[in-house]
Amino acid sequence: MTSTSTHGVPMAERLSLWANRNRKWLFAAPAMVFTFLLICIPIGWTLYLSLTDAKGSVRRPADFIGIENYVEVLTDTDRFWPAVGRTGLFTFGALALELILGMAIALLLWRSFRGQRWVRVSILLPFVATPVAIAMMWRLIFEPNIGFANRVLSWVGLPAQPWLADPGMTLPTLIFIDVWEFTPMVAIILLAGLSTLPDDPDEAARIDGAGVWQRFWYITLPLLKPVVLVAVLLRAIDALKTFDLLYVTKGQGGGSFHEAETLNIYVYGLSFKYNDFGVASAVLILFFLMILAVMWILTFRRKGAKL
Amino acid sequence: MQHRQAVRVAVITTAAALSMGTLAACSGDGDGESTTLNVTLANHVWTDIITEKIPEFEEQSGLDVVVTQLSEDQLVDNYKVKLNAGSTDVDVMMYRPLQVGKLFGQSGYFADITEQVNGAEDWNWDDFQAGPVGLTTYEDQIVGVPMITESEMLYYRTDLLEEAGLEVPTTMAELEEAARTIKEENEGTAGIVMRSQASAAVTQFSGFLYSFGGTWIDDDGNSAIDSPEAQEAYAYYGGLLHDYGPDQISTDMSWPEAAAIFAQGDAGFWIDASSLYENVYNPENSQVGDQVGFAPFPEGPAGSQPYNVAAWALGINSASENQENAWEFIQWATSPEMTLDIQTEGVPSARTSVWEDPEGTASFPEDLAAAIATNGENGVGQDRPLVVGVAEAREIVGAPIVAAITGEDAAAAATQANEQFQALLESEE
Repeated sequence: MTSTSTHGVPMAERLSLWANRNRKWLFAAPAMVFTFLLICIPIGWTLYLSLTDAKGSVRRPADFIGIENYVEVLTDTDRFWPAVGRTGLFTFGALALELILGMAIALLLWRSFRGQRWVRVSILLPFVATPVAIAMMWRLIFEPNIGFANRVLSWVGLPAQPWLADPGMTLPTLIFIDVWEFTPMVAIILLAGLSTLPDDPDEAARIDGAGVWQRFWYITLPLLKPVVLVAVLLRAIDALKTFDLLYVTKGQGGGSFHEAETLNIYVYGLSFKYNDFGVASAVLILFFLMILAVMWILTFRRKGAKL
Repeated sequence: MQHRQAVRVAVITTAAALSMGTLAACSGDGDGESTTLNVTLANHVWTDIITEKIPEFEEQSGLDVVVTQLSEDQLVDNYKVKLNAGSTDVDVMMYRPLQVGKLFGQSGYFADITEQVNGAEDWNWDDFQAGPVGLTTYEDQIVGVPMITESEMLYYRTDLLEEAGLEVPTTMAELEEAARTIKEENEGTAGIVMRSQASAAVTQFSGFLYSFGGTWIDDDGNSAIDSPEAQEAYAYYGGLLHDYGPDQISTDMSWPEAAAIFAQGDAGFWIDASSLYENVYNPENSQVGDQVGFAPFPEGPAGSQPYNVAAWALGINSASENQENAWEFIQWATSPEMTLDIQTEGVPSARTSVWEDPEGTASFPEDLAAAIATNGENGVGQDRPLVVGVAEAREIVGAPIVAAITGEDAAAAATQANEQFQALLESEE
């Protein structure tokens, strides 16, 4: 039962010809559909919500209000802009420290020594533990009255610190926890990069009388640049959208003074606590654009580095 | 050309995938009642007891009960996601009437169970206390059955009071004096510990607000949180913690943190919900279990006016396709016998008959039962502003508490919060 077309070529054959010609699309189709369903539709829905006054429940009718939510958010110096600032500060602070420390650790592990395997495994430990469990643990350690951190300080004869309980100390303390948790990841990426580097340039420089610092600065680092950028990209995106650590240690709203309220925590509060879906969606779209911008800058710089 | 065909393929495939999904969704259980009942419950002693008894219910009803148990925050988030999506896989829901009653009512998430509660004769709806019933009623429709009540309790350390030669405080002035004495005489021990996180502290602050003669919202529906009475209450609550609280006073404490400090023996007084007494009384959880005393809420200028509220209730999801069975479950879980049974295990109920039955209070420590009874006579039926946006309101009205705790000017903070709260009230009109 093959129906024939006007050209007299059997249908099945035409179909297989067509499939053959378009195979790259056919094979990619499932992934494309998947992407469309799981990424484009939610983002489109969020974009739509951000232009409405949806509040309380999305099942209630909402009115289209254009860019009103965006105006409200962008002129909000009470919660939105401080949250942007904190997000930037947290990301940049954590990233800078993680890069410097990660590089130091990677350089230490670069040359083999006895017991190296144990060191590598133990360095990886913070990175493989569950983030929520880590946050809970540090929260207990930094508890100002009965926590371990202040007990250690009292042994050394130092005064007790409020740690996470003090609005001014909150962000530095959180950056410290993030550094403790993610430096190993940066170190491992950099170490992988280091171990692929050729030895010759380094050797040549040594023969020419270059010192350790010079060799690192003028040879190892430039060669390692692409790997460093990968580490920066991965960590930056991750740090930008940190949620678990902040939520577990400081709760909703980032504490009584919103001292740990980054964009992610703010959006969570807007949608889940205030049920203000329109405004929350507007913040999310802006946040999305910010992350895209950061990624674009980093990848653009990377292309520039190759020139 | 190739490109256009590719687009067409993509469109066709997407359409096919979408229609398949829709078909799959439609070929669900169909109409009518399912024998699987989805019950969502919060982490609570009540839940632990009821889950042990559920097999009995399954046997007598022939239903298969699936329990989802979550902590309070996750529970609310879970409801918001599922109820927003109109999901049918929540039948019975345990909820906090004070926190989400208005919001869920307004969003149409509750099934109206007025007929069911009035039609169940032996079950006796009239037996439920009026205050709690008021909270589970939305616009004259009954939407929930209250099963747990709590009131504001003064927890104290019998040994510390005795050492200092103090009587149990009955007024705010005596409480302050006792907290000061304990802090001065015991190195490293706080006079008092209470919640200090802005929104968490609101509920415990409410008793102080009422007892000083203040209120959240006045009779005209306007914000009343910068009245002289409210300012005084803010300053008093914050001052207690600032002056006689733990040395390192954090502004992040909710009840678990405060209870932990008290249970470690690091504080003389703790004020919080009566339903939390196991955390400091039970020797398994507490180092000072046998030295804990319970007293009614102290008197302020306007008398002793602690909150006395329906903490939790059971409701039915309006989108559930299993509402008859859901009601059957609620009826079973809140029957007079079951309520008495659960109260003897230490969970305060909302049924009058159970409180009047000596067996109903036999399991509580004697002074706790007495304090709960006294609070019940004096109590106010709400512990937070009753608005739609409770979470937002709590952050606003809680800010002056934190200001007072950190030693800032409570009156100025109250005036600022008053403006924000007024704006919130107006936006909800």
